[in-house]
Amino acid sequence: MKNRAWLFLVPALVLVSLSAFIPLMAVVNYSLHVLVPGSIPKYVALENYAEVLGDPFFCGAVKRQFCFTFQVLLIEIPLGLLVALCLPSKGKGLTFCLVLLGIPLLIPWNVVGMVWRVFTRADLGVVPAMFARIGYDYRPVEHAVDAWWTTVVMDVWHWVPLVVLLCFAGLQTIPDAYYQAARIDGASPWATFRYVTLPRLRYVLIIAVLLRTMDSFNIYSEPYVLTGGGPGNTTNFMSIYTSSQAIGGFNMGYGAALSVVYMFLVVMLCYVLYTLMLNIGKGAEPA
Amino acid sequence: MKIRKRTFGLLLYFLFLLLPLYWMANCSFQTTEDILTKGSWFPDDFTVRNYKHIFMSGAWRSSFVNSLTYVLINVVLVILAAVPAAYAFSRWRFRGDKHLFFWLLTNRMAPGAIFMVPMFQLYSNLKLFDTPFAVALAHCLFNLPLAIWILEGFISGIPKELDETAFIDGLSFAAFFRKVFLPLVRPGIGVAAFFCFLFSWTELLLARTLTGIGTKPIVVTLTRSQGAEGWDWGVLTAAGVLTMLPGVIMVYFIRNYIAKGFAMGRV
Repeated sequence: MKNRAWLFLVPALVLVSLSAFIPLMAVVNYSLHVLVPGSIPKYVALENYAEVLGDPFFCGAVKRQFCFTFQVLLIEIPLGLLVALCLPSKGKGLTFCLVLLGIPLLIPWNVVGMVWRVFTRADLGVVPAMFARIGYDYRPVEHAVDAWWTTVVMDVWHWVPLVVLLCFAGLQTIPDAYYQAARIDGASPWATFRYVTLPRLRYVLIIAVLLRTMDSFNIYSEPYVLTGGGPGNTTNFMSIYTSSQAIGGFNMGYGAALSVVYMFLVVMLCYVLYTLMLNIGKGAEPA
Repeated sequence: MKIRKRTFGLLLYFLFLLLPLYWMANCSFQTTEDILTKGSWFPDDFTVRNYKHIFMSGAWRSSFVNSLTYVLINVVLVILAAVPAAYAFSRWRFRGDKHLFFWLLTNRMAPGAIFMVPMFQLYSNLKLFDTPFAVALAHCLFNLPLAIWILEGFISGIPKELDETAFIDGLSFAAFFRKVFLPLVRPGIGVAAFFCFLFSWTELLLARTLTGIGTKPIVVTLTRSQGAEGWDWGVLTAAGVLTMLPGVIMVYFIRNYIAKGFAMGRV
């Protein structure tokens, strides 16, 4: 029996080793060397890592990244849940809503950046004109604050549909009997939501939070096209900085060390969130 | 009254969702000069010049096909590997299964940016560079863990007794897999395939690194149409609209799966 389990895992493990494990080992190997194009690689043990931890640009990018991820989670999860609760429960209207929700998800990520660039740039878009009418000088190219929240709104626009779809699926699994029981007990709408709906959505919400955490940490193409990391460094996220170092940088070993630290941070954060969420909901789960 | 409030909220949300898309579609029917100078809500001089430009040029067409090719290869590879793996994780306990499962998931968290250089070297050595297989394999990085994750949930939602009954009835494992198991998890496979399609179709970074002239995907062609006089926004927005279409068609076909498929198991 045990051997059969491993046999079933063989195809997956082959794919993983080709797409993840071997490249990752190569990155770890690079990170222990100084790799300058045109010269022989020099083994330097952990020196690259020491340099990473003292890099003010990297620390800035990490801080920005955490800030971004938490803001995005704080907006997207409740908003997604809210929209899912508002969706019609069946019929043509539902189909229509689902198709609409799928659109932002299925646009290539750099096109998402482009949509928002076309939408918000002064020479192309309509947003600056709309803001000018209410007396706000909106300039995402020059102003750090504008660039930041344009990126956040873009991410919300892009990924709330995913949260909605997940929550909607979770809502479908709650039997009607639960709501009838709540109604008979005279529960208020809020109490019904709090003690019937929310606990039942636990797994789905865990998945939504984890997926959004992973993906918002890896956000690259959208801000790259929208703002290019600017103005200054204000929307220079971890993946943009890392890849600029890994490809355009002088020492490729340094870029690799950045990558390893970066991946370690993501995995740790997801692990903490996962454990936390599993424990929070435990008491409230009915049976 | 309550229903009206809901509908109002929904309408507001969909307005927010559609407005940027409308603006892009609006731009795609104008000439670049008009986009830059007028910026009106409706195209004054309605033109399909941008779309014509795309359909006439071979580069656009072939890159469209290139993209679809590697996305489909990726989806097939992932599903073929993920279904047995998810079955193993859901049905059997073996040493280190929990750790292996989490380790597989960590690959989903790996930022694509860090794998560009080593993947390029690995696939060049395997003579896969500039074939659709390079990108298809590379995209397994994030699609395979996700597919296993989704399918494991689905399969765990199917009672274990069903397997046992089938074996007692004398079905061989292969027959059970084909006749009983696969029809039951089909919605799960649909949802997993949807997500694989989604992430593979929309990914840019690895697709750009691992393709040469012969296999250039649409997402790359899209970023490279900078003319001598700057970006040709008319053509760019038209191409943006065109890249959305496969997604819209895909959603339309699996709309029932989304609702029903997700609802099975614990996702």
